[in-house]
Amino acid sequence: MTETPPAFDEMNDQGGTRAPYAGIARYLEAAGEAALEKKRLDAEVLFRRIGITFAVYGEGGDPERLIPFDIIPRVLGRGEWDRLARGLEQRVRALNAFLADVYGPGEIIKAGKIPGPLVLENELYCKHMRGFVPARGVYTHIAGIDLVRTSADDFYVLEDNCRTPSGVSYMLENREAMLRLFPDLCATHRLLPVSDYPEELLETLKSIAPANCAGDPTVVVLTPGPYNSAYYEHSFLADEMGVELVEGPDLFVEDDIVFMKTTAGPQRVDVIYRRIDDDYLDPEVFLPDSTLGVAGLMRAYRAGNVSLTNAPGAGIADDKAIYPYVPEMVRFYLHEEPLLANVPTYLCEREDERAYVLDHLHELVVKLTHGSGGYGMLVGPHSTAEQRADFAARIRARPNDYIAQPTLALSTVPTLVDGGIGPRHVDLRPFVLTGREVRIVPGGLTRVALREGSLVVNSSQGGGTKDTWVVEDEPDPSQSQSQSQSRGGF
Amino acid sequence: MLSRTADSLYWLGRYSERAGNVARGLQSSLRMASLGGALASPAVEWRALVIAAGGEEGFTAKHKAFTGEAAIHWLTLDTSNPSSIANCIESGRRNARAVRTALTSDMWEAINETWLEFRRLDAGTIQGDRLPGFLDWVKSRTLLFNGAAADTMLRGEAWRFTHLGTMLERADNTARLLDVRHAVFAPGAAEDAASHAQCQAVLRAVASLRAYQHVYRARLRAPLVAELLIMRPELPRSLIACYGRVDRVLRVIEADTGGRRGSANDTAARMHARLRDNGIETILEQGLHAFITETIAANIRLGIEIADTYLHG
Repeated sequence: MTETPPAFDEMNDQGGTRAPYAGIARYLEAAGEAALEKKRLDAEVLFRRIGITFAVYGEGGDPERLIPFDIIPRVLGRGEWDRLARGLEQRVRALNAFLADVYGPGEIIKAGKIPGPLVLENELYCKHMRGFVPARGVYTHIAGIDLVRTSADDFYVLEDNCRTPSGVSYMLENREAMLRLFPDLCATHRLLPVSDYPEELLETLKSIAPANCAGDPTVVVLTPGPYNSAYYEHSFLADEMGVELVEGPDLFVEDDIVFMKTTAGPQRVDVIYRRIDDDYLDPEVFLPDSTLGVAGLMRAYRAGNVSLTNAPGAGIADDKAIYPYVPEMVRFYLHEEPLLANVPTYLCEREDERAYVLDHLHELVVKLTHGSGGYGMLVGPHSTAEQRADFAARIRARPNDYIAQPTLALSTVPTLVDGGIGPRHVDLRPFVLTGREVRIVPGGLTRVALREGSLVVNSSQGGGTKDTWVVEDEPDPSQSQSQSQSRGGF
Repeated sequence: MLSRTADSLYWLGRYSERAGNVARGLQSSLRMASLGGALASPAVEWRALVIAAGGEEGFTAKHKAFTGEAAIHWLTLDTSNPSSIANCIESGRRNARAVRTALTSDMWEAINETWLEFRRLDAGTIQGDRLPGFLDWVKSRTLLFNGAAADTMLRGEAWRFTHLGTMLERADNTARLLDVRHAVFAPGAAEDAASHAQCQAVLRAVASLRAYQHVYRARLRAPLVAELLIMRPELPRSLIACYGRVDRVLRVIEADTGGRRGSANDTAARMHARLRDNGIETILEQGLHAFITETIAANIRLGIEIADTYLHG
């Protein structure tokens, strides 16, 4: 095992405590371990009681599990955030422009900026979307952009999630938990709120209602049902927005119009925030034996009688093989220089890059182009010779399926672990909403790899979450520092 | 409201009520059985209870004789009996989970705690001296759920469909309890110690022994027991009280849903009127058995009609 390269700690730089963390550092010092441990237990009770769980069926044990929540927040200064937010908006605009282009004229391919077959022969390219323009020309209305940080100034986009990114309910519930558990600490920071996300989401969804929708659009959230791992989030968002949470069998299509079955009879539906995958949306067009979707949905969609978020086929923009071209998309469509950097990526399908990857497996991270959830991944520096040999064989057999990236020294944030507070690696998933305009609530979901030295933050593999704070850079002069200290954290 | 949501709420109401009713029925039959052969044959008693719970066919497919042990297991823990307490708790919770956001947190906690505690129980729970305590617990969980619904639910559509399920299930239960002991209520039936015990058992099963005394201030007589359980609106488990509620709730639902109605609304009104407009003598002369059989059939029909109009979209 090679040692993890030294990582940038977001709280403690060489020069001491970094400014956004000053209040947290003082608090941690004053509170002491026993008090923090008590807070940790309180947090767990809170999450259980509210029932914020993700469902894991078929593995035995408790089918409704908690994702571990770390009580020490991850903090970004307003200046840092504003810079990120500009980059996120730019990136998502480019991704939407790309989607409109590849399902339309295909200019970027004609211009030779991206190889045609990579897009058009990709299994994520949805031929049913060809020549159809959704309301306002937007395809990925809710995008989750995964960011990692390597120094005070360097952020990279690790991957884009343009299909049905999840995790936003944790962003919201984590903040609620912090406000309940640490009211004083929160009060001494000028925290930018995230609680308006459901309203922003509803506004976004209404703004992309079909052009022929008269009056206030009827919005629904479409879920695969209670056995889906993200069901809690689906019901949470529907509840927060005050719209119906529907399953496929609650909807039907007649004359290319979508209706939901209600006690008062059929009611027309205008916008569907669907949390089921493309393949299951409509048995007439996609998987014929799917019972999760609605027969005729694509007909209604293409007839302009209902809007779907995110658009089917949006996944072509977040394919890991397409990812290396995103900076080029920004230049091509927006005529701007990208504000957010990509992680340098080697495409194994290219002979010279493959040779480099095979020679440097011990220092690279290798990923499946279509994989997700941290599965099918090799973290070179943490791998055994046997694992590397296995991946080398797999890459040679199916080079198109793999990409590789340098192992980044992901930043760390102090985290409460057995035996005190220790640095753990984190990433960040902000959520970018696109409708009539682009909206981003300040923050996102911080995922933390709870195992020491681990770089895998996925909840399915031992990851936890933290609240993400964006704080005004100048401390609020009306709040004295002594308030949190004098109370000793209770 | 989504039809599926209404459907889940309605079945949540039914299953929660059914769990309590099965427990009440068991308590009453246990008592009868412990009185010994002089007043009732235990086999007859257990058979009556299994039939009242609507599961005779399934039971006889599994068991040769109506023994206490077999009947108790069938009605409590046997998951092959759709109306066993185990299945009522499981199905009630499944329906509740599907519509969690339509419930108040008190209702959800009542249902969820019941389910969690039930999962911790072992087979010994229904044996010997532990059985009465278990049945008390089941009864108290239904009471808690009904109390949580009554005390915390907004009086909107969600409440109405939950309440509709509760009331329909309760009416069904009362009708079935009367049906299995209909011989006692036949005109000219002997008024002996055995029939007295039967009357007591019926009243106990609907928690109305005291209520009888408050209403009639007289020794138990079969026609009065029948009147109380069928005709007296002040008894919350009487047929007329339950159908009165069902009728009224359906009228409000109709108004709620912009006048959407179907045969269910007429059936409920008719059933209510029939109870309101007849005296107990007419019913007893025509035969309680015929009347109750018809009522149970109408109840099943009403359930289907409600589903057609409101629950299946």
